[in-house]
Amino acid sequence: MGVERTPKDLFFKFLKHLSLVVCAIACLLPLISCIFAAFKSSEEFAMTSKVAPPQNWLNFENFKMFWNESGIAQGFITSIFVMVVVICISVMMGSMIAYVLDRFKFVGNSLIRNAFLLASLIPGLAMQVTIYKMMVNMNLVNSLFGYIFMMAGTDVISIYILLQYFENLPVALDESAIIEGCTYYGVFFKILFPLLRPAIVTCMILKGVGIYNEYYNANLYLQDKKLFKTVSTALYTYLGPTKSQYEIICAGVLICTAPILIIFILFQKQIYNGMTNGAVKG
Amino acid sequence: MGPVNNITPTATANTTFRDWFIRPNVQKWFVIVSFAIIPVFMLLLFTYYPFLKMIEFSFYNMSYTKVRGFYGLKNYIDIFSKPELFSTFRISLYYMVGALLQIGLALYFATILSFKTKGSAFYKGAMFFPFLINGIAIGFIFKFFYTRGYVLDTVLQFLGIPLESLPYWLRDTTINNWSLVATSLWKYMGQNMVLFAGAIMSVDPTLYEAAAIDGANKWHQFRFIILPSIFTVLTLNVILSITGSLSAFEPPYVITSMGGNGTATYFIKMHQTAHVQYKVGLACAMAVVLALIIIIVTVIQKLAFKYAFRNATTETKVAKKSKGAK
Repeated sequence: MGVERTPKDLFFKFLKHLSLVVCAIACLLPLISCIFAAFKSSEEFAMTSKVAPPQNWLNFENFKMFWNESGIAQGFITSIFVMVVVICISVMMGSMIAYVLDRFKFVGNSLIRNAFLLASLIPGLAMQVTIYKMMVNMNLVNSLFGYIFMMAGTDVISIYILLQYFENLPVALDESAIIEGCTYYGVFFKILFPLLRPAIVTCMILKGVGIYNEYYNANLYLQDKKLFKTVSTALYTYLGPTKSQYEIICAGVLICTAPILIIFILFQKQIYNGMTNGAVKG
Repeated sequence: MGPVNNITPTATANTTFRDWFIRPNVQKWFVIVSFAIIPVFMLLLFTYYPFLKMIEFSFYNMSYTKVRGFYGLKNYIDIFSKPELFSTFRISLYYMVGALLQIGLALYFATILSFKTKGSAFYKGAMFFPFLINGIAIGFIFKFFYTRGYVLDTVLQFLGIPLESLPYWLRDTTINNWSLVATSLWKYMGQNMVLFAGAIMSVDPTLYEAAAIDGANKWHQFRFIILPSIFTVLTLNVILSITGSLSAFEPPYVITSMGGNGTATYFIKMHQTAHVQYKVGLACAMAVVLALIIIIVTVIQKLAFKYAFRNATTETKVAKKSKGAK
């Protein structure tokens, strides 16, 4: 704010930049060392310092080995499929219930609202045991449908984001459409749904990242790892708790992380906005 | 909500189905029922039914397939009396301390990155990106990072600390939980920072100017303008971090192979109780305790924050109002 620079100001400025640089190094070093290791042959990895860059940046042997043996390709296909289906279901369900709750007064409206609110307080992970038992009873364990069903069914966040967004869409839009002879269904599908785009992008980002990275449920509900592989389960199954060839482990980690990095670089703004919109605003 | 619903249906004689259907009241109920039925069904099926079942099961001695008998409160007594279960609460404390540190750091970086700083986009990206990485992958990254003589040890040696004086980061039980907590801090700090930065951005910039005229320094700006305006997001994150500290799963699962060397968190123990030992009743009791703790913490948190910020919020409101009056 002040124009004149006292030594004290400069000192604080120095501290500020120092803290930023130290933090950035702490954030990036684990990743960078992983990149270095992934390009090294096993001899080179054993001989050289773990923070030294590889001699040959074109040594893709570790990546090839991981790609061929882990079945990660199948993992990508499954994860992307699950992601697309779950996002479609959540967005559809979320926007429909949000439309009903925001636009209509009816007996039970506040009951349903509170039921969703309370559900967001109950920790989802706590219910894993009973949900698992229920899924066993319904014969939905080891079925892709079961996994998708449960991933879409336990989603309260999308509903919240969409509900918040609906509150900002003026009711006058609905009214004029009704006067023009539109039905409520028409209002929703033709007028409001297309306007939800920013909220839908937010949901897609939050859900998409969540599903791509999801391990716990995938491990539990897609138990037959030969039949079903998601990115996370393929990674864990292949690398396992005992493998110690870190150059291959690092290559696997990078293969799983690369798509996310590309998406992050391309959609940085939307991702930040999505994150902040997803949080309850004050 | 809107006047849309108040269009009165006009009843006419000999209506066709279409006439009947497009009458607002009939249509309204069709829309409500057809749009709400699936989400509400899913909510009941995946939240309320399992929740009630969880409470019921917690009183039984049972596996996934058979009930062996009514246990009363024995499962609950076990949680608090068996040291191998109770000790996991202590481990959650490490994660809680880590989470508070994480929120503090996030608040600090969010504040400095919200004002003009060289390279702020880069720093923001570097801090946030770990949040997007697969938890399993993060586990492997840090398994590599912490291995004896590998990345962390190399860096510390470079800073002049001899290898002999360094602990085994994952084996030494005095330090290994901190090592795991650090990985979760690494993952979530940037995400918290982005949330806080988003809230700080929404502060009206003229407030800072007004405050500067009133002779406020940087600390006052932070305390009386920034902090109150991000109060909701802050509360939310404190709650989430406490929930997270009890349900931390991926770091011990991958890095120390299912919580070896005394790193099993509450959730890891619960998972093992249910899916390895098949003590479903006990696992449900653990889940009920987890849910109770989280609900209690949430309520206390809300009350405490309300109390702590009761003055500050009114001040900003006054400030906003006086600005509007100009």
